[in-house]
Order: sequence, then structure tokens, then C-alpha cells
Amino acid sequence: MTTVDAPPGAGRRLLAGSTDGRLDPHLARYARAPRLTGAQLVALLRDAGLTGRGGAGFPAWRKVDAVLGANGVPVVVGNGSEGEPASGKDRALLAYQPHLVLDGLQVVAQALGARQAHLYVSTAAAADVRRALDARRDAGLDAVPVTVTIAPDRFVAGEESALVNAVSGKPAVPSDKRLRVTEAGVNGSPTLVQNVETLGHIALLARFGPQWFREAGTSDEPGTFLATVSGAVQAPGVVEAAYGVRLSDLVDAAGGPATRLQALLLGGYHGGWVPALPDLPFSRAGLAPFGATPGAGVVVALAADGCGLMETARIAGYLAGEVAGQCGPCINGLPRLAATLGDLARRRVRPGLTAEVERLSALVSGRGACRHPDGTVRMVRSAMRVFEADVAAHLAGWCVAPSLSEPASAPALSSPGPASFWRGRGEGER
Amino acid sequence: MSENRLHIDWTACDGRGLCAELLPEILVEDDWGYPLARSGEVRPVVPAALRKNAERAVDQCPALALRLVGEILNR
Repeated sequence: MTTVDAPPGAGRRLLAGSTDGRLDPHLARYARAPRLTGAQLVALLRDAGLTGRGGAGFPAWRKVDAVLGANGVPVVVGNGSEGEPASGKDRALLAYQPHLVLDGLQVVAQALGARQAHLYVSTAAAADVRRALDARRDAGLDAVPVTVTIAPDRFVAGEESALVNAVSGKPAVPSDKRLRVTEAGVNGSPTLVQNVETLGHIALLARFGPQWFREAGTSDEPGTFLATVSGAVQAPGVVEAAYGVRLSDLVDAAGGPATRLQALLLGGYHGGWVPALPDLPFSRAGLAPFGATPGAGVVVALAADGCGLMETARIAGYLAGEVAGQCGPCINGLPRLAATLGDLARRRVRPGLTAEVERLSALVSGRGACRHPDGTVRMVRSAMRVFEADVAAHLAGWCVAPSLSEPASAPALSSPGPASFWRGRGEGER
Repeated sequence: MSENRLHIDWTACDGRGLCAELLPEILVEDDWGYPLARSGEVRPVVPAALRKNAERAVDQCPALALRLVGEILNR
């Protein structure tokens, strides 16, 4: 994956300066990270309005505050496991700017009085992280020792309770939620888990303050975020943008559309499909009408000649294969849901097919130790809304995607040309 | 706060079906035999009249997968 320029006006923060991952240029640009007390950190995060960048978008200060108020010596974990196949931003950040992440980890660990910090990362990121930690050890930077734990390459391995289990030396599967991780996490200690990108923002915030932080983004959702843009774009990769950025600017930052676009999957595989509306603001408020959220910054562009239902069935099939294997409704329900979507996608029509998609969606919702079934259902339901016309087409035996519809049986297609559709680069006016 | 909601530990439940037999007013079995709240709630409310039956279901669940919890989990 390549890193490309930020959208116009958005500016670069996490990806500013040298991106070779070395310590010297990092120290030359930023100097050492400041030390904060717990109260200072909570105030800083609250004033800045920083939200977690791992997907849930929870206010960062609340978790820190909860851990400060819990009994016991806290543990801090940076989560860079990134089990989401459509996301590469944590991996990119750990390769290009590992010292921002590690600075953030130290700021938080010291503010909380932790004696142990952990980084939970994918195999692919481990070498970069270890190299960075070695350089910091030689420079005497890290007051709180950092342990690296490798996350298995599974979708649910990055879920908070799965992470706690993995760092505690147990299998990386989610737990039934008896206590909050902030009260009893790693080996029973109060535990703060923050996504590595969130830690990177904390490293900058600690230096430049909340006012600076709020110069980018919206008043509800300040700051920048890393987006992983893939699918039908010219230059797939990781870009940095401010919340509220127009969808088309985000796609343009990844080289622009490779062809005319039909829809985009936003947030991640647990995210939501939205129609290809160029002016849609990429923010919590902007995406709410579509049941989508910025999530982990994932943007997957679907070409106008692709089949959204086929892509949805493929993703649902992937997610069904990624169940942890613990919870009956998820083990049984997700494969059934994926197979039913597969029938719809392949136009194996039978009476009640779409009603069965919704029945199975409702059946698995909320019935697991983690939100894997709920997230899968969010994505599926958004597809049934956004590709509503294609659902009707499939039930009638054809498909709105010209390349996939049997020419013999398909009604004559008018060009799929609502104003909302992007035109691809090099495509002339019609 | 009284603990009047039924929580299912899905990592433990293996769908023996005893709870749905003891609490037919609250639970049914889903397609695969796992308990499903009639109300559609994730943690169904246990009315006072069914409290004793619910406690029995909690005690007798072979997988020890049932608990009575308060409005907010974690306690």
C-alpha cells in the first residue's frame, strides 16, 4: 500500500515530516514527549474532543478517567492488531511514524502510573515496532517498559476483550463481559486500550495542545484521521484527512475514481454502504443518515459496473468465516446469513428470500460475547437499503451491474446516471 | 438496583434448552436450539412473578451460562 498526499486543505499531522520510522528525525522535529499527570491528560483529551480511532469512536478521555478511578495499578495497551482486511492505516502508521505511537503510549502510561505498557500488533508490523523500541531503549526514552504481543491474523482478535486475553497469555478470543476492561483487564488490572492511531494523536496533542488539535475537523469531531482508501480508485492507499472531508476529496486523495462509482463501503467490514454522493461529509453526523460511521477510516469504492450484492455476500462470507467459534447464534447464524445473501447475489431466487435476510439479521443481533454479529448485520442491512434497486433486479432475475446481467434476459438499461454518480477519470461527458 | 434481567454468557451456552423449558414465558429456542428472548431484548426483563423460575434456570443451566444482572451489566 502506498501513502499519498492528504486532501487539499486537510493538512498532515500524523504523516507529516520524515516517514522512515527512524528516531533521530523524530526527535529533531518533535523533541521528547512531555510528561503529564492523570488529571492533565483527562483535561487535555476532553478539551481536544479526541475520539478513539479504532472504530468505535468513543471519547478517549472517558476511558482514561475510568482507569484512573479504578482500583489497582493500571496497564496500558496500544492496539495495532488491525484485523480488518480493508484497513492498512495502523500498519502504515507503525511503519512510518512508530515514535509518535510509542510517545503516546509513554504519555498515557506515565500519566496513569502504569508500570507496564504493551503493544499488540500484527505480525507484519512487529519488526518495525521492535526496531523503534530498540532505538528508544538506546536513547533512554521509555520510562515505562513496553512489551510487544503479536496478534493473530483474525478479524475479532483486535476486539478489546480478545486483546486483553491475548496480552494475558490466553487465546485471542472475546470474553463474556462481566467487568469492564477499564476495571479488570490484563491479568485483572485496570486496563486502558487505545488504538495506535489514537496514541499518535495523543503524542501530538501533548505537545501542541487542544486548540491546535481543533484547528482541523468539525466542532463535534475535531482532528484528522487516517483513511485506508481501496477498491475502484486510481491509487489505493492510506491518506490523512480532517473529519468532515467530502467523500470525493477523500477519493481524490487516493488518485480519484478508477471508473464511475456506484457506492462506497465506509468504516470497515462492520461499517455501512453509502451511495456515491461526492459531497457527503465523512463525519459521524454526515454519515448518520445512512447508518454509517467513520469507523476505522475504511473507504472501499465500488465501481458502477460491479454488483453491490455480490460484494456484500463476499464480505458476509468472509465475516462468517471469522467467527471466533464460541457463541452458538454467531457460529450458526452468520454462515446462514452469508449463504442467503449468496443466493440473492447469484439470483437463486425463492419466495421470502429478502425477508429471510432480515429475519436472520435480527436473529443474530446482540447475541454474542462481542459485536461481531451486530457489525455484520449493520453492513448487511445498509447493503439492502443502498442496493435496493439491485435487490429488486436480482429478484426479477437480472442485475443493475451491466457486466453481470445476462444480456438476453435483462431489460434495456438506461445509463446508471443520476447526478450522484461519479465519473471516472478520462471518461468523457455523455 | 435489583437484578431483574437475564444475561446469557454466549461463550458458555451450548443450547441444551433447559432455560427455554423453565422460562417459556420469556425464552424460546431459536433455529439452532439457543435461547431467544420473546421480547427481542438482548437481556430480557424477568417479571417478579417469574423470579423463582428464573433463579431455578440460572442454578440448573448445565453450562452455567445464565445470570441475573441489573439494568447495567458489569455488576
